[in-house]
Amino acid sequence: MVGIDEQDPAVRPKGPVPPRRRTQRVPAPLLLPAGAGLAFLVLPLAGLVYRAPWTSLPRRLTEPEVLTALRLSLQAATIATGVCLALGVPLAWLLARVDFPGRRIVRALVTVPLVLPPVVGGIALLLVFGRRGIIGTWLDSTFGITLPFTTTGVIVAEAFVAMPFLVIAVEGALRGADTRYEEAAATLGAGRWTTFTHVTLPLVAPGIAAGAVLGWARALGEFGATITFAGNFPGRTQTMPLAVYLALETDLQAAIVLSLILLTVSVTILAALRDKWLTAP
Amino acid sequence: MTRYGIRAALAGLAAVLVVGAAGCGDGDSDTGSGAATTGGARSAAVSGTVTVFAAASLTESFTQIGKDFEAANPGTKVTFNFAGSSALANQINQGAPADVFASAAPANMKTVTDAGNGEGTPTTFVRNQLVIAVPKGNPKGITGLTDLTKPDVKVALCAEQVPCGAAAKRALAAANVTVTPVTLEQDVKAALSKVTLGEVDAALVYRTDVRAAASDVDGVEFPESSSAVDDYPIIVLKNAPNKAGAQAFLNWVLSDKGRNVLTQAGFQAP
Repeated sequence: MVGIDEQDPAVRPKGPVPPRRRTQRVPAPLLLPAGAGLAFLVLPLAGLVYRAPWTSLPRRLTEPEVLTALRLSLQAATIATGVCLALGVPLAWLLARVDFPGRRIVRALVTVPLVLPPVVGGIALLLVFGRRGIIGTWLDSTFGITLPFTTTGVIVAEAFVAMPFLVIAVEGALRGADTRYEEAAATLGAGRWTTFTHVTLPLVAPGIAAGAVLGWARALGEFGATITFAGNFPGRTQTMPLAVYLALETDLQAAIVLSLILLTVSVTILAALRDKWLTAP
Repeated sequence: MTRYGIRAALAGLAAVLVVGAAGCGDGDSDTGSGAATTGGARSAAVSGTVTVFAAASLTESFTQIGKDFEAANPGTKVTFNFAGSSALANQINQGAPADVFASAAPANMKTVTDAGNGEGTPTTFVRNQLVIAVPKGNPKGITGLTDLTKPDVKVALCAEQVPCGAAAKRALAAANVTVTPVTLEQDVKAALSKVTLGEVDAALVYRTDVRAAASDVDGVEFPESSSAVDDYPIIVLKNAPNKAGAQAFLNWVLSDKGRNVLTQAGFQAP
């Protein structure tokens, strides 16, 4: 599997600066589909911008419900990314570095949430962590904790759908990383844990950062699993995508404005992170 | 331009379906090769596909009505798009190729007629009333709206933007009861599923939804629901690709046969 870091020059591991490519004529068979692909991705966004109700925008932007949903979205996505990092990086390391029986099956299982319709993911979460769920019942009777309809539930749903992105990115980075550094550390007497924290982690940091950014973006846009598992209540579980969906029921203009906000915030943050984390020396 | 392109494509598709259906025959084998028009005696020779956009709460009854209609009008095919009425109204106003719109509330119908997309005036064909849906056996012993305010009772309501949420708001206001729900669901079926899954102890849904899910939930009637009755209007759409079929389907819904199916599902006559 090709890691993110190998595909994207911005996150290529640091080394000698590659020689600047000579400008060549781009062959038309590549240029045309590339241009069409770009237009296909950008035109719908341009449509949003074009149809936005610019005159009523300032009033709509400052509505308290909008700010509440935006804050909740950013908080939940960030915490979910933290959860993904804490659990996903070790999992990726396990998949990349330890040869255990059934590893291919485990890797396939890890990617299931990628292809699972998020609504089904939400139902699955309810069946396990819900009030009647296998673990949920125990959580409720032992600790009095119920996850559905809470902000924690939003984080759980978002982490569930975002984690595979992180695991795949980090595993790709680990596989692409030169294991001779780790072997050298081992021959110098470093234990596996020390090697992991002092050699492996810094080596694949760009990959982890890329995976975290991907996971964060996925969590921010999460809709299906969230509304199914955590429900929809302003200030507690209503994230921006949920607010957009409900606004769409009655007020197309409001939905467009909410989408624009989400778009602007995510693009700004992603661009800032890329500059700060992924390309700085 | 694309809108008309799609229409043309659909019309072509409908024509192919009709010819295909006629070609296949229906077992009786007496259908001659030129019998593409079904029963000349029938009013205005209905054929082709009728596309019906209907409120989520009509899912069970309209599916049945569609089957009955197809059986009575060979060569016709009824396809449904069931969703929240407001989403459907938006889709119609954005140019979705629909023949008939059946809404769960007059407000969403008005969205369509105000945009000039309705043909004539809408007809109210049924009314629906709210009940409290509780898990089978009513474990929390809920008897009325005031029980929903108890701190250990988790309640799901529909979001105010959809008809069942607007009706719930009216009912709670009439009862002078303030309920703090744990969730505001995007349509009535989603609210019901939270009860079915056991995640909430009660939800305000339509009587018809409780009847459709009778194996999983019980319904608790409450007097204030009379102030939260929703009228269901139906209309033929102005840009209907199959206007004759649309009118025939609407007539069928208003006929005794259609009414019977709807009453059995728990709807009230208007």
